[in-house]
Amino acid sequence: MSNDPSAVLMKGITKRFSGVVANDGVDFEVKAGEIHALLGENGAGKTTLMNILYGIYRPDAGEIYINGNKVTIHSPRDAIRLGIGMVHQQFRLVQTHTVVENVILGSANGFRFREEEVRKKIEELANRYSLAIKPDARIWQLSAGEQQRVEILKALYRGAKILILDEPTSMLTPMEIEQLLKTLQRMTEDGNTIIFITHKLDEVTAVSHRVTILRQGKVMAVVETNKTDERQLANLMVGREVLFRLEKEPLERQEVRLRVENLTALNDKGLVALRDVSFSVHGREILGIAGVAGNGQRELLEAITGLRPLTGGKVWLGGKDISKASVRERVDLGLSYVPGERMTALVPNMSIAENLILKGYRKEPIAKGFFIDKRQLLQFANQLIREYEIATPGPEKPVKLLSGGNIQRALLARELSSGEGVLVIAYPTSGLDVGAIETVWRILLAQRKEGRAILLVSDDLEEILTLSDRVAVMYNGEIMGIVEASQENLEKIGLMMAGATRIPEEQWV
Amino acid sequence: MKYRVRIERRLDISPSVQIGAVIFSLVCAFVVIALIFYFLGVDPLNAYRRILIGGFGSIYGLSESLTKAIPLLLGGVGLALAFRARVYNIGAEGQILMGAIIGGGIGLALPNLPRGLLLTMMFVGGFLGGAIWGFIPAFLKTRFRVDEVLTSLMLVYVASDLVKYLVYGPWRGPEQRGFPYSSPFSSSAQLPHIGITRIHYPTLIIALIAVVFVYILLQYTKFGYEIRVVGENPSAGRYAGMNVDRVVLFVLILSGGLAGLAGVGEVAGIHARLGPPEGISPGYGFTAIIVAWLARLNPILTILTAFFMGGLLVGGDAIQTALNLPSATIFVFNGVILFFVIAAEWITNYRLSLEEIHD
Amino acid sequence: MIDFLVSVLSLTIPAGTALLLGTLGEVYAERSGVLNLGVEGMMIMGAITAFGVTFLTKNLLLGILAACVAGGLMALIHAYVSVTLRVNQVVSGLALTMVGLGISGLVGKQFIGMPLPVRMTPISIPVLSDLPVFGPVLFRYNLLVYISIGLVPVLAYILYKTNWGIVLRSVGENPAAADAMGVNVFLVRYLAVMFGGVMAGLGGAFLSVAYAPAWIEGMTAGAGWIVIALTIFSLYDPVRAMLGAYLFGGVRVLQFRLQPLGIPANLLNMLPFLITILVLVLISEQAFRRRIGVPAALMQPYSREDK
Repeated sequence: MSNDPSAVLMKGITKRFSGVVANDGVDFEVKAGEIHALLGENGAGKTTLMNILYGIYRPDAGEIYINGNKVTIHSPRDAIRLGIGMVHQQFRLVQTHTVVENVILGSANGFRFREEEVRKKIEELANRYSLAIKPDARIWQLSAGEQQRVEILKALYRGAKILILDEPTSMLTPMEIEQLLKTLQRMTEDGNTIIFITHKLDEVTAVSHRVTILRQGKVMAVVETNKTDERQLANLMVGREVLFRLEKEPLERQEVRLRVENLTALNDKGLVALRDVSFSVHGREILGIAGVAGNGQRELLEAITGLRPLTGGKVWLGGKDISKASVRERVDLGLSYVPGERMTALVPNMSIAENLILKGYRKEPIAKGFFIDKRQLLQFANQLIREYEIATPGPEKPVKLLSGGNIQRALLARELSSGEGVLVIAYPTSGLDVGAIETVWRILLAQRKEGRAILLVSDDLEEILTLSDRVAVMYNGEIMGIVEASQENLEKIGLMMAGATRIPEEQWV
Repeated sequence: MKYRVRIERRLDISPSVQIGAVIFSLVCAFVVIALIFYFLGVDPLNAYRRILIGGFGSIYGLSESLTKAIPLLLGGVGLALAFRARVYNIGAEGQILMGAIIGGGIGLALPNLPRGLLLTMMFVGGFLGGAIWGFIPAFLKTRFRVDEVLTSLMLVYVASDLVKYLVYGPWRGPEQRGFPYSSPFSSSAQLPHIGITRIHYPTLIIALIAVVFVYILLQYTKFGYEIRVVGENPSAGRYAGMNVDRVVLFVLILSGGLAGLAGVGEVAGIHARLGPPEGISPGYGFTAIIVAWLARLNPILTILTAFFMGGLLVGGDAIQTALNLPSATIFVFNGVILFFVIAAEWITNYRLSLEEIHD
Repeated sequence: MIDFLVSVLSLTIPAGTALLLGTLGEVYAERSGVLNLGVEGMMIMGAITAFGVTFLTKNLLLGILAACVAGGLMALIHAYVSVTLRVNQVVSGLALTMVGLGISGLVGKQFIGMPLPVRMTPISIPVLSDLPVFGPVLFRYNLLVYISIGLVPVLAYILYKTNWGIVLRSVGENPAAADAMGVNVFLVRYLAVMFGGVMAGLGGAFLSVAYAPAWIEGMTAGAGWIVIALTIFSLYDPVRAMLGAYLFGGVRVLQFRLQPLGIPANLLNMLPFLITILVLVLISEQAFRRRIGVPAALMQPYSREDK
């Protein structure tokens, strides 16, 4: 390699968010003209690191050098001035405006809009890097791939030589992905530097020159892409000694309580989010759905709970077809759900007691005709508080006063008390401290022992392996395979999470 | 060590904070109003004294305050319900007018029915008139996702023009000699008063029943629980399987209907005829918004705030005549109080805190 | 017949001018994402300020400028409460309207019935104003009318063809996107709302100093609410705002003339509001919403943490 300074050099970057260490002494180097992949699962720290580079966050410690010069980046404006551009996973585009209007937003040079100049420049850039786009098209008319091109043009228009892409292919069709990868190669031929964040191994191997693997905030390795293979990458990405902090006794599972068959559904943008998803969950078992967030898990949860319509397939709850049932019907049939975003399942300003009856307020003895029996309500609430040891300043106090761990206890208490036999729970321990995590895990394992069927969605592999009997991996809206939850299967799970392998359905556990 | 003042959401909103905020905001409001008076050459202390005496200092003043409080209470308790569901019914003024039209129309059409029957029919009709006027924005919101603020506001002006059309046109009384009034109501169509006051007590009783009804609804029923959940956190409501549309429809229809009752009360209890819209309701629908907010959307407290605002209106009339001030003066009160009430909202939700910044 | 048309048209344009001025300002404010229900209050404060200052200083220009300042200051308060404190925009606007109505009534008491010492004379454009038909219809108005008409193409140009316009529209549609590109969302909203206030004040000034000219308590007579309706009706576009303003203004002026034809004036007055509701329903349909419609971030306060 030459002695030219690296395009990007980040040394000793550390960043903490309320006690959680997102980046721990990370050293990251990208050479000019290279395509560098940043690989890792959720929470590995990739997006945080790039957000620091782009000026959205300030690091607690560490230094940044661009082209050999030490810099401090206070805001995206500084980053843009240094020639850094970022294309986020969620596009920041104004839907009703044209491509041109979006590209030049905020790059105001003067008051007048020199239309001809701007168009020429955009067209030049578009042609140079095969980013074919109609300048006068409105954003809502464009496909996801075309919208992404607009985002890239936005960065290039402002003179970005270092381009960061966050999970760039999550919304693209295979053809668009190919097109994008070609574009990226073309850009590096011109001396541009590309960093892209991903969890997909095939992308890493297709175009990157080097890859840095992050895990739990630390750099695991930096390898040259053509000197490694998918297995090694998968191991670096997820490999660890799973601590198995809790004992999970093997239990014989009961009958099927929840079954989904050939589920298909669209996401909010109208693109396919679920492709032919099928699995079943038995009583006395925990089925863990592993996978990097954004691969359809949210849509799957919403489809099962009735918050999202299906475009195909069926859902059975204990033998009853609930595919067309409303949310309310599913709740009344005993489907319990603790969502990842806890605030959508709670009313922060209302009392703890009133939150505890959010699912059960229509049933006797709490409901009496049109009315709610306050005494029964309080009795019920106190009972749950005792049973689940929720630390509260009082059941009449607003629920937002509770700590994260106690909020989760309350949610579990509520859902487990009114449900019949199936619990759907997502990201159960996100944001909780170690003590709270252990409590939640104990509760779930206890429920499992009592015969409940639990569908667990999580991006924390340790959690999945500790709690689950079987693990299904979701990637790109599909189930890649279902295996037993064990240390030996970790590599296979990692490969599936990264889209590098698939297990035929006959071999599923 | 550098410090920075940060604005953060307050976690614990105890009742004392809420009451403190309301009192603080009222005090601020009165200080600002005093300043406005002072700069316009009016002696604020004199003005306040007269307002107090006018509104609350005599039997006559108290009875007038109570009289004005009746439509404010009906409107206010309905709006408190709607705002609890986070449905912003700004069109109460129009709903009052529609109630007056339908109720008054029934009174004019059937003047010879027995009084009890006629008045009941007028109230029912008035409720329906206001309810329909509330239904329209609700329908547009649930079916087309059109914001209820703009539609309910537009309908105020439609209602106002409708009243004008009727009293200048087909419903103008022949004996009115060109003035925009209907014929006077027959005695069957007029509400009884308490003694020599203008307090039309049947409407007052209805208003108090409405307060109790709304209170019980919100605190003790399943549907009231749904209303509160949907208003506080609509996504939690959907998560729990609640029918958000049903809540929106219900609160708009009910608050519209209650406002309609207020309209009937005004025409049958005070004016005994239909007249131009400002005569039927000099902004009661908008003042009711203040009544609801000042009561922090608590139905029981609207009794207090309605009486308070009623007294303020009467006091406003008093200083008008005594100090030769224009009738618009009362708007200054309404506006500044409303302003500081929403500022109080902010105080209760946020607080200032110092935090160290590391560099 | 021609005479009838000519007289009708030449009355329509001044009648719509106050509406036009107010609407042009409100269009800009709402395009940035802030609903300003205080227009009525700002207009009437503009009216009394213009009248009062002109009366006392005998200087028209000073009066009109003072009116603009009054409107702008009220709008500043609204902006602070709505954008910085992020408190309910609807109620803040309503409160300001009430305060405006009240203070203007108080201040204006002394000016009721007083004639304005300085008149604003219509300016007849030489030659053009002598044309048959077109002359009296288009070329014999006072300066503020010409200014209002002149502002239409200017504001349209700024809105659609300049960088500022793109920034303004983006803030109203997707403030997060604008913020990500380094735009100061707060500043843009403040400026847009204040511009709306200035224009409302100017519209009020027109009423008291040119159109009437006189001070009458409550003289805006709901014009501010019509401005709100017009803003929607015009689909947030300055040129359509002009057409709408003359339409709505014309209807008001015509109501008495049409009476002999059997069309009740008051029912006619309802029409603009009903049509506005219809427009609201139409643009809520997905197909329309993508092309033209209410700015997506209207009435939504913006804050970086809320992302």
